[in-house]
Amino acid sequence: MKLPEFLELQLLPLPANLPAGRARADCRQWLQLAATLRESGARLLALWGADDRDRDGCFRIYAAYLLTEGVLLAEHAMETTEATADPVYPSLAAIFPVAQRMQRAVYDLLGIAAEESLGPEADRRGWLRHGGWPENFFPLRRDVDGSQQRPNISAPYPFVMVEGSGVHEIAVGPVHAGTIEPGHFRFSVVGEKMLRLEERLGYTHKGVARLFETMPQSGGHRLAARISGDAAVAFSWAYCAALESITGTTCPARATLLRALALEHERLANHLGDLGALGNDAGFAFGLTHFSRLKEDLLRSNAAAFGARYLLDYVVPGGVAVDLPAEAPARLLELYADLEQSATNLRSIYDEHAGLQDRFRGTGRLQQSVAEKLGALGLVARASGIARDLRVDNPWPPYDNIAAKCIVQSAGDVAARVQIRFDEVYESLRLCRAFLQELSAGTVPASAGQVNIPVPAAAPYQLGLGVIESWRGPVLIVLETGPDAANGTIRRCHAHDPSWQNWPLIEYAVIGDIVPDFPLINKSFNLSYSGQDG
Amino acid sequence: MWNTLSRMARTGLLTEPLPALDGSSPELTALQSELLAVLGRALCIRHVDAGSCNGCELEIQALHNPYYNLEGAGIQFVASPRHADMLLVTGPVSVNMEEALRRTYDAIPDPKFVIAVGDCGACGGIFGTSYASRGGVANILPVNFTVTGCPPTPTAILRGILQTVRVPLTEVQRNRPISA
Ligand code: SF4
Repeated sequence: MKLPEFLELQLLPLPANLPAGRARADCRQWLQLAATLRESGARLLALWGADDRDRDGCFRIYAAYLLTEGVLLAEHAMETTEATADPVYPSLAAIFPVAQRMQRAVYDLLGIAAEESLGPEADRRGWLRHGGWPENFFPLRRDVDGSQQRPNISAPYPFVMVEGSGVHEIAVGPVHAGTIEPGHFRFSVVGEKMLRLEERLGYTHKGVARLFETMPQSGGHRLAARISGDAAVAFSWAYCAALESITGTTCPARATLLRALALEHERLANHLGDLGALGNDAGFAFGLTHFSRLKEDLLRSNAAAFGARYLLDYVVPGGVAVDLPAEAPARLLELYADLEQSATNLRSIYDEHAGLQDRFRGTGRLQQSVAEKLGALGLVARASGIARDLRVDNPWPPYDNIAAKCIVQSAGDVAARVQIRFDEVYESLRLCRAFLQELSAGTVPASAGQVNIPVPAAAPYQLGLGVIESWRGPVLIVLETGPDAANGTIRRCHAHDPSWQNWPLIEYAVIGDIVPDFPLINKSFNLSYSGQDG
Repeated sequence: MWNTLSRMARTGLLTEPLPALDGSSPELTALQSELLAVLGRALCIRHVDAGSCNGCELEIQALHNPYYNLEGAGIQFVASPRHADMLLVTGPVSVNMEEALRRTYDAIPDPKFVIAVGDCGACGGIFGTSYASRGGVANILPVNFTVTGCPPTPTAILRGILQTVRVPLTEVQRNRPISA
């Protein structure tokens, strides 16, 4: 990784599971770096802040960028004095539009605001703060008590109005009709046609970042797994990768393979579930019945192989919780054979079903140019022609040994997101078989104690990073260790879900489609509310 | 079409018997007649995610797969609280969802059951209480039954639902005055 010389930035090492570096930037460099990276095609992966006034009198704002060669962390410190108790930093929103909501969230939690010098006036509406705590209370500041409950104060939230003859609004949520997560959607429509959609999220904000600071390093993976339950393996792996990078721990090879096997199972479970739900949302209940059966078969195999249907406590610091039982590999191979054959059969049924294809094709189209501009990540980006997958681009062990294939589609519509899922099911099955073969080959022995090792105590104030390509896209955990090395405390931990990037894209994808297609479009993205709300 | 039909025929019926409750295995027909006696129709459930991590939702969705076949037992998830007999709540109650949860509860006609699902729903789970979380559902609403687990299995959730409706209605009512 190299930084352009004119920026006069020094690249510092950063422990991580893939190539990473860290640079300290002043105001000018903060913006210039962003602009330079934007031009080179980098993505803004995450943006967050920290209160370090107790250490050096500063607030800090961090930005993690995803480059082709790895992750670059930019860090900007803001000194506080009596006069500047609530400092500001230069907004990145004009360069990376995706920064907007993250900057609003940073303000809600820390009270440091982004200042617009390039673009339009900053959006000052609360994103995570809906009225559950007072305006002048910032839960991540170190001089406040974040454990205390406060009464809700109802606060109005002005949505952007669309005016014109025949335009009316439909308000949906936060409670939706099905068994899904809460969020609010405000549609401006003419007849059935959607002119504009505005999302309001943050309903499931549970104070994860503050909670991390009360946990020991050895327990943080459990909370990480519960940031978004459907990506539990990815998040807990990212957490463990950050901790292991800081402490220089190398997991047993067998554990690393098992983590990857679990990660691919997570991908399979979600894709199978989504394929069924997408059929159902387009009026083809048969699809739901058959795919939900396949998903259930997979979950039951998870219980037999890994000890639980959902693997919220499988990845642990230093390895995984348990090894595969002796009979598991043979059973899993049988399962894979059935999944592969059934998926092929169901795919031809989907492909040949005119009614289904009519609903899928051309619906919820996300143009590649929009996806590029707004920094789409993961599956959604790949369905719009952007070939990015960390398992392929920056493979970490054991993916560095396997040559995973990046699946791409170009149409960017619901149909493309369906096809991506089918193809990724096959690719995941191929990877699973390869991992299993390595596990069974005897080169990575299954003797006692081989699936997890103790992680030594981390030095104080170390920053480390874990990035894992979840089924949805890259998830990130940034961990800073606390001063108390003996007890292994956490000073700050920031978790980032790719849904932050992809939620705003739905607002574009729905334009011009009809309201009844919204559930289908939304499902084809299948983003996490809990993951973005934190 | 042939492909679709042959897939159905080859897959066959997968539905499993309902889970046992305190030793007695509920016969499907017995359960259905019990539901009929208590409610006069199918049991209608409204689910609200009050701030969960979405793990519990996945297992609730699994209840609709052919193995558990919830609807076959006369239990249905409905879109409107006004059609519901039971409120099933997942997650710790986030402060941002508190009001929506209360409003959904109020919109359900009396008499009604509330069931809290998952460790979070039961007691706040790993999230506990904080500036952002009110903890377990019982801190906000009267809860009739709790299903623990993180996430609880579909069988545990189904058992919880059956157990709740099996408590004679009068006993449920005793916990809570019914508004006119
Ligand atoms: S009980 Fe577990 S799975 Fe359910 S919402 Fe809480 S953390 Fe998620």
